[in-house]
Amino acid sequence: MTIRPGRIAVHIALVLYTILALGPIFLILINAFKTRRAIFADPLGLPNAQTLTTIGFDRVFANSDFGLYFFNSLTVTVVSLVLIVLIGAMAAWALTEYRFRGSTILSLYLAIGIMVPIRLGSVSILRMMVELNLVNTLTALILVYVAQGLPLAILILGEFIQQIPKDLRDAARCDGVSEYRIFFSIILPLISPAIATVAVFTMVPVWNDLWFPLILAPGDGKQTITLGVQQFIGQYVTDWNAVLASLTLAIAPVLVLYLLFSRYLVRGLTAGAVK
Amino acid sequence: MADVSLHGVAKSFGATEILRDINLSVEDGEFVVFVGPSGCGKSTLLRIIAGLETVSGGEIRIDKKRVNELPPADRKIAMVFQSYALYPHMNVYKNMAFGLKFAKTDKAEADRRVRQAAEILKLTPLLDRKPRELSGGQRQRVAIGRAIVRNPSVFLFDEPLSNLDAALRVNTRLEIAKLHRDLGATMIYVTHDQVEAMTLASKIVVLNQGRIEQVGAPLELYRSPRNLFVAGFIGSPRMNFIKGQVLRAEGSRVTIGFAGTEAALDVRPGSVKPGDPVTVGIRPEHMEAGGTDSTSLRGTIDAVEQLGESSYVYMRLASGDDVIVRAPGETEATPGGTYIAHVPSRALHVFDASGLSVLPDRS
Repeated sequence: MTIRPGRIAVHIALVLYTILALGPIFLILINAFKTRRAIFADPLGLPNAQTLTTIGFDRVFANSDFGLYFFNSLTVTVVSLVLIVLIGAMAAWALTEYRFRGSTILSLYLAIGIMVPIRLGSVSILRMMVELNLVNTLTALILVYVAQGLPLAILILGEFIQQIPKDLRDAARCDGVSEYRIFFSIILPLISPAIATVAVFTMVPVWNDLWFPLILAPGDGKQTITLGVQQFIGQYVTDWNAVLASLTLAIAPVLVLYLLFSRYLVRGLTAGAVK
Repeated sequence: MADVSLHGVAKSFGATEILRDINLSVEDGEFVVFVGPSGCGKSTLLRIIAGLETVSGGEIRIDKKRVNELPPADRKIAMVFQSYALYPHMNVYKNMAFGLKFAKTDKAEADRRVRQAAEILKLTPLLDRKPRELSGGQRQRVAIGRAIVRNPSVFLFDEPLSNLDAALRVNTRLEIAKLHRDLGATMIYVTHDQVEAMTLASKIVVLNQGRIEQVGAPLELYRSPRNLFVAGFIGSPRMNFIKGQVLRAEGSRVTIGFAGTEAALDVRPGSVKPGDPVTVGIRPEHMEAGGTDSTSLRGTIDAVEQLGESSYVYMRLASGDDVIVRAPGETEATPGGTYIAHVPSRALHVFDASGLSVLPDRS
């Protein structure tokens, strides 16, 4: 195989982009294990015998309810994810499979959600949550994230469901399989790559969100991890060791989930290319 | 086992009429083939019988019971799809057993039926494979197996062979015919391939533009097509059509002039009168090379196709009509030459101006 110049250019671009994307994460990781002095003196340097310290981690575990924040974040992310995928797939199936009065309008209405940033509605959402007595609960966050994630999920899953041959559903109907069973036993397994795609796209912004936790659940032990990190960032003094340590810890679960899904993700993005 | 009957079935999507006023009865154990060009509504009709489409009018009866409102699963039918429609994430065994799980079939009984179907279809060694690990022919057999295990009264086939290659198609065709003999079930089969229709059917239904053109046994349609469409559709290569005119008539005996020659034959009394324009039809295989009879066609050869056991001579008559003749395998005809083909008058078909056959019933 000869190496064409085009290929080299593509690879250079990809390598540069990878450095750009991974660089900050790498910086966080190395600096989380360095003393404060070393962080500022040599931010790009690797920790060495003199500068290596875990003081940031110690302080995170000692001075904050890190475990609680972590658990809150995990709960919010996982529950939102499950709800978005389940409701999204069901809605996508209904909108692509059944023709009913208003189905087109309904799809359009749901698609608009992709274009309108949900943060524009922050004030009304806060008011609504106050009315519903949901402030400082994880439920408030989950509800908002489900609303935020659904439009894109429905769009992507709908596209995938459309690619499933119609004959399959008809065959199942001839087999006497109920519509729910068709959805759970045939449609869901077949769109699992798409579900992984949706899961990744949905998970990352939810896990990283600071805005809604700050507004809707800033206290009562309902803080998420992004909010928890904030307590080390002060107006005058910032405990960089603790900030970087907690960020390092916060990255881990997303990374694990991403690795779990990514096998399917690649398949999802290339599905239909080989067949 | 069951019979199927359709009474005034109509279907339209919005303003487009797909099927209108379909009346048909399928006897118990019959092998009925719906044939017609694409877009004629044959697949829609099959899906209506299956219960996958609703009708806009009319009634469907299976086993003498109205089934219009019943879902597919309750109609005692099983369908085999053109795309096979195997569940890609299940192995062969599960594909066949899947439907039984929801029909509340006893587990042991389901297992027995699946293994029996696999036995019949020679799928036993493949039971653990996924559909993607099977060849086209094997997938087709799994699809048929999935239908068999349901133990249906009526089998519905939607162009099951069109995704197979030529050799496999012939094979599978024979297997389906054998299956029909063994099971004795009612089968309804959709195809656009008239060879499949001729070889499999005990009754052919020719559809065109949402209407039934003719229903009959394969040879009946071949011998006495009711109209120009059926005449052109059944038979390969298709029947030659030549414009002609009624010259004389004495009772039912008429003389028809076409392409510079004439032929006398019997028609249905009163169906045509002298001066009427008609279309004369003659099958390529019914013409004989040479012949100096008064009824023979003479033309310039455009092309010759040699098939070994026979050859097809494409010629253009002086009247401008193009005619195909089946000549013996070793013909001396060459493009550019002149060819004379004898036309036996008993092999002629005559259609009136509206395209209906005017011949008396031959069957």
